[in-house]
Amino acid sequence: MEKIFQKLALSSASLVFILLVGIFITLYITAKPAIDEFGFNFITNSDWNKDVALESAPTTELTDSDDAMILDEDDIMLEDEDDMMLDDEDDISTKTIYGGLVPIVGTLLTTLIALAFSLPIAMGIAVFLAEIAPKNISNVVGVAIELLAAIPSIIFGMWGLYYFAPIIADLFGGYQVSLLTAGLVLGVMILPFMAAITRDSMNTTPAVLKESAYALGATKFEVIKDIIFPYSKVGIIGSIILALGRALGETMAVAFLIGSIFVLPSKITDPTISIPVAMANNFGEASGLGESALFYLALILFIISFAIISIAKFYFLKRAN
Amino acid sequence: MRLLINKIFLGLSIFSALIGLAFLAWILTTLFIKGLGSFHFGLFLNDLIDGGLRNLIVGQFILAGIASLIGIPLGMAAGIYIQEYGRGRYADIIRDLSDIMMSAPSIVIGAFVYAVIVVPTGGTSGFAGAIALSIMMIPVVINTTDNMLSLVPRELREAGIALGASKYKVIIDIVIKAAKVGIMTGILLAFARIIGETAPLLFTSETSNYFSLDLTESFPSLTVSIYDLANEPEEASRDLAWAASFILTVLVLIINLSGRFITRNKK
Repeated sequence: MEKIFQKLALSSASLVFILLVGIFITLYITAKPAIDEFGFNFITNSDWNKDVALESAPTTELTDSDDAMILDEDDIMLEDEDDMMLDDEDDISTKTIYGGLVPIVGTLLTTLIALAFSLPIAMGIAVFLAEIAPKNISNVVGVAIELLAAIPSIIFGMWGLYYFAPIIADLFGGYQVSLLTAGLVLGVMILPFMAAITRDSMNTTPAVLKESAYALGATKFEVIKDIIFPYSKVGIIGSIILALGRALGETMAVAFLIGSIFVLPSKITDPTISIPVAMANNFGEASGLGESALFYLALILFIISFAIISIAKFYFLKRAN
Repeated sequence: MRLLINKIFLGLSIFSALIGLAFLAWILTTLFIKGLGSFHFGLFLNDLIDGGLRNLIVGQFILAGIASLIGIPLGMAAGIYIQEYGRGRYADIIRDLSDIMMSAPSIVIGAFVYAVIVVPTGGTSGFAGAIALSIMMIPVVINTTDNMLSLVPRELREAGIALGASKYKVIIDIVIKAAKVGIMTGILLAFARIIGETAPLLFTSETSNYFSLDLTESFPSLTVSIYDLANEPEEASRDLAWAASFILTVLVLIINLSGRFITRNKK
């Protein structure tokens, strides 16, 4: 009995490992056709689901460097048009190409906007909860902020689309669905998360340090700036990176607000698309190479967030403890 | 001057807290006004095909319930391993991987389940949706179990062993009992989190307009239907989406708050 129980516990623990490795391998296998087809140029190509006429030996160009690739493509298109005019005997077929640049850029930009918006507010909230508010107020506000974190992301999306975005569009011009509105709503979403971990980091500052500073006549601001921030710096940076990892993978709130078009934004108020949203909206209809390209995007997202979370966990949060 | 800077800084900090609270209040009032406006008890009696939400609410609970049936035992067993049996690096690695998995993008987990379950079985199913949710839940349960068991004093375990109980008896009868409240809170919070999830369900369970208990077919999901309804052009669909959002949020907040309430009462 003892043995069985121990084995069960061990296999459940190993399941975590198997799942993570399984996710990675599955994504790689399903993305394989797209990886073989587009290679790393996938990351720099901004055309999604675009039919181009190609000569029937395109794979040699795909191994070239990034810049060459883009140029080559234009060349090929021109050549092919010429070919079609000149000799029809050549074996010419159209094929669909997929590039991941637009969703990758969209993901990174929305995350950056979210971070820029929520960082100062989250720090303010954390300082308020940890240092300024009396205990009972801090508790109530703390629970309220955590409730904000409990609200399902789809609710943020609907509220954002129908109530928040119109106001932002009035203030900054441009479309209601855009990088800016998606990023800001994403910022509101990660706000409580970031504030909570930052507060916890700040609370680890020993009271003796703070009291000695106060005894020397320091103001609250000086104590926070010179004692608490330096002391909890590593933990705070860890919490920011963790929030970043969360923002990268957020789907539903962004899906309502980003506009979901595969076009590179030229302004912050332009609509575009992010990796999770590209997956959410196109998975149903996709098949073959298109589906594989979506899995390629998923793999990229998984690797980025895996790397970011690992950095936060192993480097910053470990050192904070 | 120093005092002035101090005042400005404290003011800004309080202002940030007010911004945070304002967002919460704004979202909740929006939900109450829009949601209550289109709320009526007929929503609980009819299925989506007849303009109600009954099948969706039941479906969402079944999906989250099955996910819990899978995720809670596995997560607790893994947490017990890490805390009670694991010695050395392997347990540490599992703990770190579980933390990473907790922050993995939910849509990627949906894509994973799509590839390993939906494609081989030939279509979306309630079963696939529940699996996707359970994968979201396992790391959260591991984390709670791990943390709560670590708070149980060593002496309790030693007392049990000294009485001649075997290790698994000590774990089940003493350690888990001592940490019960904390673990239950964590599980409730985890449940509140997965019941509001949309992204992992989009292409695993999808949703259905009809009442269904058949887990091998597309399964009704409240969150996925909210997403579909909110994007429909008709006003009526969007009103229904608001009513559904209102119900979902109230459910999630009640579960979340009751989780906190249990711990507070015990303390």
